[in-house]
Amino acid sequence: MMKLLIVDDSNVIRSRIDNIYAKSYEIEVVGKAVNGRQAVAMLKDLEPDIVTMDLTMPEMDGIASIKRFMELQPSVKILVVSALSDKATGIKALSKGARGFLCKPFTDEELTTALQKLIDAKNRE
Amino acid sequence: MNEEFINTFVSNMMKYLSHIPNVDAEVGTPYLIESDASISYDITGIIGISGKRKGCVYFTAPRIFMSHLLMMLGVKDRSNENLLDLAGEIANTISGNARSDFGEKFHISVPVVVEGEPQNLYLPERVRSFAIPITWRTYTPVLVVSLEDE
Repeated sequence: MMKLLIVDDSNVIRSRIDNIYAKSYEIEVVGKAVNGRQAVAMLKDLEPDIVTMDLTMPEMDGIASIKRFMELQPSVKILVVSALSDKATGIKALSKGARGFLCKPFTDEELTTALQKLIDAKNRE
Repeated sequence: MNEEFINTFVSNMMKYLSHIPNVDAEVGTPYLIESDASISYDITGIIGISGKRKGCVYFTAPRIFMSHLLMMLGVKDRSNENLLDLAGEIANTISGNARSDFGEKFHISVPVVVEGEPQNLYLPERVRSFAIPITWRTYTPVLVVSLEDE
């Protein structure tokens, strides 16, 4: 079972992702954070395997959070889930350590496909 | 703002709606807002834009429309908090997606959400503001784009 941490300032997005995996045998949602600062604080206790990370958030944005996650737990696999769809932002996120980028809006299937790539990468370690 | 610019927001709105199951909404023809009075319904999500262009993009809709959208998205909790949150998320997504056309210097703020008629939402006179109407069932929410030219 892969432990998933959801980081997004939108309660609707957090609830939606939580609902998608509520009955999953492969992914367990272990935490939900409303911004990067809260997510970093949760990281040590939760030790997630995979993370969905928004970029535009108050207090600590996604790019700063990815950098901090990589310092604290380099093995974590991060999927950026953001509306920011320009190439430069995608490259910046990946260069900081994110493993994938899913542009909002997304379907349940698109999210599952993107997370499966992270799970496959985790399983190869 | 030229036609191409407006089309970016029309396309993004259509893309957003196409990702919601069982919502066959239609995006209508954009129109220029002639007066300085803003258009608003029960719930409004506002994104401030800075960088190469300045202004705002906001999505405003009747409460019942937002409630239907939440249901279609599979979110069981249709509390007021979530209705407001969704309006902000829609404005955020439409604006954020515009960066694929306008680049990373099209800066977007975190959403501000307002319930009821916003008291301090004025569209600047020197900016041409466009309304992009959406039709689904009997509801007609609107996306408003009010941005300075480059």
